[in-house]
Amino acid sequence: MSEQNAESEQDAVSEQDAGSEKDAVSEKGAARAGALLSVRELSVRFRMRGGREIAAVTDASFDLAPGECLALVGESGCGKSVLASALLGLLPGNARTSGSALLHGTGLDLLAADEATLARTVRGRRIGLVPQSPAGHLTAVRTVRSQLAETVRELTGLRGQELAAATRQAAERAAFPADHLDRYPHQLSGGLAQRAATALALVGDAPLLLADEPTTGLDRDLVDRTVDELRGHTRDGRGLLIITHDLRAAERVADRVAVMYAGRIVELSAAAPFFGEPGPRHPYARGLLEALPERAFTPVPGMPPELGDLPEGCAFAPRCVRASEECATVPALTGGLACHHPVPAQDVAADSERDRHRDLDRHREQDRHHEGSRA
Amino acid sequence: MNAPSSEPSSAHPPEPSATPSPEPSATPPSALELRGITAGYERGAPVLREVSLTVGAGEAVGLLGPSGCGKSTLARVAALLHRPYAGTVLLDGEPARGWRHRAPRAQRTSVGVVFQQPRLAADPRLTLAALIAEPLRATGRKDEAGERTAELAESVGLGGELLTRRPHEVSDGQLQRACVARALVLGPRLLICDEMTAMLDASTTAALVAVVEEYRARSGAALLAVGHDRTLLERWCDRTVEHAAVQAPTTGKDATGTDATAAATGTDAGAQVGGAPVRSGRRAPADTSAG
Repeated sequence: MSEQNAESEQDAVSEQDAGSEKDAVSEKGAARAGALLSVRELSVRFRMRGGREIAAVTDASFDLAPGECLALVGESGCGKSVLASALLGLLPGNARTSGSALLHGTGLDLLAADEATLARTVRGRRIGLVPQSPAGHLTAVRTVRSQLAETVRELTGLRGQELAAATRQAAERAAFPADHLDRYPHQLSGGLAQRAATALALVGDAPLLLADEPTTGLDRDLVDRTVDELRGHTRDGRGLLIITHDLRAAERVADRVAVMYAGRIVELSAAAPFFGEPGPRHPYARGLLEALPERAFTPVPGMPPELGDLPEGCAFAPRCVRASEECATVPALTGGLACHHPVPAQDVAADSERDRHRDLDRHREQDRHHEGSRA
Repeated sequence: MNAPSSEPSSAHPPEPSATPSPEPSATPPSALELRGITAGYERGAPVLREVSLTVGAGEAVGLLGPSGCGKSTLARVAALLHRPYAGTVLLDGEPARGWRHRAPRAQRTSVGVVFQQPRLAADPRLTLAALIAEPLRATGRKDEAGERTAELAESVGLGGELLTRRPHEVSDGQLQRACVARALVLGPRLLICDEMTAMLDASTTAALVAVVEEYRARSGAALLAVGHDRTLLERWCDRTVEHAAVQAPTTGKDATGTDATAAATGTDAGAQVGGAPVRSGRRAPADTSAG
């Protein structure tokens, strides 16, 4: 469906001047050398009854290097978790994927691999999943020790005394206290349940950790500690993909940030310039940051579109003060940004005020600029 | 719009018989006053011990505390949803005489509550429109439903077709918007928001806080916002109080609460913070309390 027309008209946008950091990734090109995971044009569609189709993820492309932490942020329902499920082959039966997700060192395309391969060699072994709701992820009727031992046994083949020792070690790696191993999940606090789930994810020594909203419902101290601990596991060369709507958690640990809106990555940037100076350049990413209580505390007007009924062109345009006629076509992700009218890097600070009053002259000027670059 | 059933209670002069009001005489009574509340789910192991807290008329108070410290229980007591073992709850100066369905309607409907998890707080069989109108239906004011629902849905940003959907067809953020509208539909004098935005992204958070504030500016209602996000509550509320500070100091070991989130494992730094006055420590952004 809309994938094709998304591709066709977009090469025109070439105005990625200032502010593109040195690591502005060549999203459309070949995998970055040494990348742990290379995702290219990953799309996920759900077929619904009556021939409807939900475009949950569209043309997502990114790389993850060893030792790097990439945060995928966005509003709830923007497709972040579907992307994670696609990488693990955990999508429901009515999903259809396209694109590729190469896992370095295996030559394996996660999207093309069959269930048996994913189950035997990928989940737990190459990719450790830290789940969204640890209490729901753990088996309610078994103690943490029993679940952890089972995982250790399956992944290492150890038995007896060795198994018991390895189980204790596995708990220790995730800072799960040994004297709580014989507790059941309902006897654990949110923070400890999170560590138990992390311990399970770490057992297989997977080079890639995928954390799907690991901090939902935790208080700020626990959020900080949980993400710090996850970040700590990247020191020995693991890659960490952390999916979250918590911008402060992302700021705390991420090297790079990918902002997702309505199924597309709209901005992919190094974390320092994104959260600090000059700030995000995509109007949506800026709006999201400005909504934080420590910043302007003003919401992005309107609500995200339905993934089954996306507007033509840029999905953010209906909520965007910078939108113009040009936004009727989907902007391609070039130089880490998918926007026809990005916030210019130099006057980001002054811009938030101006954004509130739609500045038509400026739009016209930008349109002219685009016309010029297209010719 | 027009005055809800809470009006009689607020119109009454406060006649809390033997309880001397701390307010200067002429000022309106506090929207909410908790005196010496002890509450929990297991006798002998209360989650709250002798908590006292006052929310003045029209005031916005943020109650801060880590997960599992009992602040949700406190919110439930204040909303007359959980009967405490001991202590007094005064709403608009009037002592509460019953809890849950035994609470007098005037008192029950003068408090609006928004919970943390909209999915658990919404009947999955109702459309969003029916969900918002449910309190009107339950209080025999069905005839107002159409008008009020449309008005409130618009103020929380829910448009036409969304209102015909059921909870499983909308996002968390959209459902929470409906839950906020439901909390406002009876025109409460006091709003209690228990971790209203914990599941939500920054933009939806800011949008819902704006809805609540807009209602308060219009109606003069008071607010008790419970949460663990200091930055948010300090920005939102007139003042914030630490949960540890409103509670009488506990003697000895922390009680093992049965609150599911509490689990009172003791070793969890989150739980330990609850006992200690760590105000300055928690403020520091780089603080990493060793667990």
